[in-house]
Amino acid sequence: MRVPLTLIIGATLTGAVLLMALISLIWTPFPVEALDIAQKLQPPGPVHWLGTDHFGRDVASMLMVGARTSIAVALIAVGIGIALGVPLGLWAAANRGRWIDEVIMRGNDLVFAFPSLVIAILITAVFGPSAVNAIIAIGIFNVPVFARVTRGAALSLWTLDYIRAAQVAGKRRARISVEHILPNITNLLIVQGTIQFSLGILAEAGLAYVGLGAQPPTPSWGRMLADAQTMISFAPHLAIFPGLAIVLTVLGLNLIGDGLRDLLDPRLRRGK
Amino acid sequence: MLRFILSRLASLGLSLIVASLVIFTVTEVIPGDPVSYMMGLNAPPEVEAALRTLLHLNGSAPTRYLAWVVGMLHGDFGTSYTYRVPVAGLIAARLQVSLPLTIYALILSTLIALPAGMIAAARRGRPTDAAVMGATQLGIAVPNFWFAMLLVLLFAVRLHWVQAGGFPGWDKGLWVNLKALTLPAIALALPQASILARVMRSALIETLGQDYIRTARAKGLSRAQTLRRHAFRNALIPVLTILGLQFSFLLAGAIIIENVFYLPGLGRLIFQGITQRDLIVVQSVVMLLVAAVIVVNFAVDLAYALIDPRLRRPA
Repeated sequence: MRVPLTLIIGATLTGAVLLMALISLIWTPFPVEALDIAQKLQPPGPVHWLGTDHFGRDVASMLMVGARTSIAVALIAVGIGIALGVPLGLWAAANRGRWIDEVIMRGNDLVFAFPSLVIAILITAVFGPSAVNAIIAIGIFNVPVFARVTRGAALSLWTLDYIRAAQVAGKRRARISVEHILPNITNLLIVQGTIQFSLGILAEAGLAYVGLGAQPPTPSWGRMLADAQTMISFAPHLAIFPGLAIVLTVLGLNLIGDGLRDLLDPRLRRGK
Repeated sequence: MLRFILSRLASLGLSLIVASLVIFTVTEVIPGDPVSYMMGLNAPPEVEAALRTLLHLNGSAPTRYLAWVVGMLHGDFGTSYTYRVPVAGLIAARLQVSLPLTIYALILSTLIALPAGMIAAARRGRPTDAAVMGATQLGIAVPNFWFAMLLVLLFAVRLHWVQAGGFPGWDKGLWVNLKALTLPAIALALPQASILARVMRSALIETLGQDYIRTARAKGLSRAQTLRRHAFRNALIPVLTILGLQFSFLLAGAIIIENVFYLPGLGRLIFQGITQRDLIVVQSVVMLLVAAVIVVNFAVDLAYALIDPRLRRPA
């Protein structure tokens, strides 16, 4: 089986970002919280590769630590989406057309009407801004996405003969869902998970940018962009590098998603 | 058709009620009392009580919920804790910025995306297609507020073509305001256009594989004619779904983008509301945003039925 080129490029990009985040746990070029006013607003150079910000902090180091924030928030939010959305989708599909299916799907529609930013605004208005609230907001937004994808895929499986056979053999619906349906939709969930991961990175950046995400001094890409905004005319490097980090991460994840879809779904392969 | 509209209307009403209940419940568990926040630490209790009455903060949760909903239905969104003016007026003033911005971006996005998607589908597998798809892949990955900052850097800071931000107000004439909204609208539109172009392309490719397209070609229509008359209309269903979803993303995006351009829109209002614990402002603006999304999706459902008569029958 040939590995799609998109998958290779995507994995390389994402791998680089992950590596950067992991290395930051043991080493960064400069300590992230070290202020050095004498060295403030340095353009990229041999000492500070990507320059320094208005407090003289090293931008490259902040980007590395910021990668951790982005990845952690988006990844946990995907986890929430899967943990709640997949069982709901399976449950709805197993009871197709009954009231429980209707309730779950209408509930989904309702959550869909709340963009993650709006959920974050509501949560923040109540509990104050934090990375945890950003995770919850993006996680809630992910739930109906996974519920829908799961239900849609599970519905088509429920019509297949071997599922009927399992029913005739006396297996309960819940058990069929877990033993037969779930393993057959894993590929689809992996692809969707990658997409939601990349959307989560974008959402986290947006929330942090408007001050609803990780709070200082925790470095975060969105926060760095918000700080850079007032200095864009004399220190554009502060705005350019965090943005590039976001774009490369999201691009990498999207390419992985596309590549995995081609690799895992043989039906789509002939289309290419 | 009438039965279809009525059933959709019923579910629209139900969604709005449930959404308002959710918003009210979430904001009601808020820790911190807006009255003591506004009055400071040493306020006499009777003054606090008076203010509480003034702001309709007395009474049980169900009564306050009913008062809030009934008020909104009459166009009365309550009184802002911090501005001490009716929220409805505040919202109306801010909507004059946010709504035109959203619509402007939606139009731009559609104008870019539909032709781009059609061209890519018509030239499937060729360099043009690859170029369009590559550009959209990049467009999806770019955060709109960062793109907005780059636009400011290029067009305002370097080229001095436009102001970096601000909004003159509609009384200063249409042209200056459209000019002020152009960069924000482009920043909002491009990432969404990337998604829309991809949907348009795959929907068209799907329809172009149908038998009736082969029939149309066989009866002598040119490729372009088939594309325009038969494929385009049938490909519109998934495109409309995404357009409906995009409205909510654009509205939410507008709230963020307003920060980049210092536009006095809903975004500024709601973020000030959060920092100042102006609960009624947050409550009302969130309700408005969610209601807008629900109503737009209702409109999309109706539009489906207009485009595709098969969908008019109740499921």
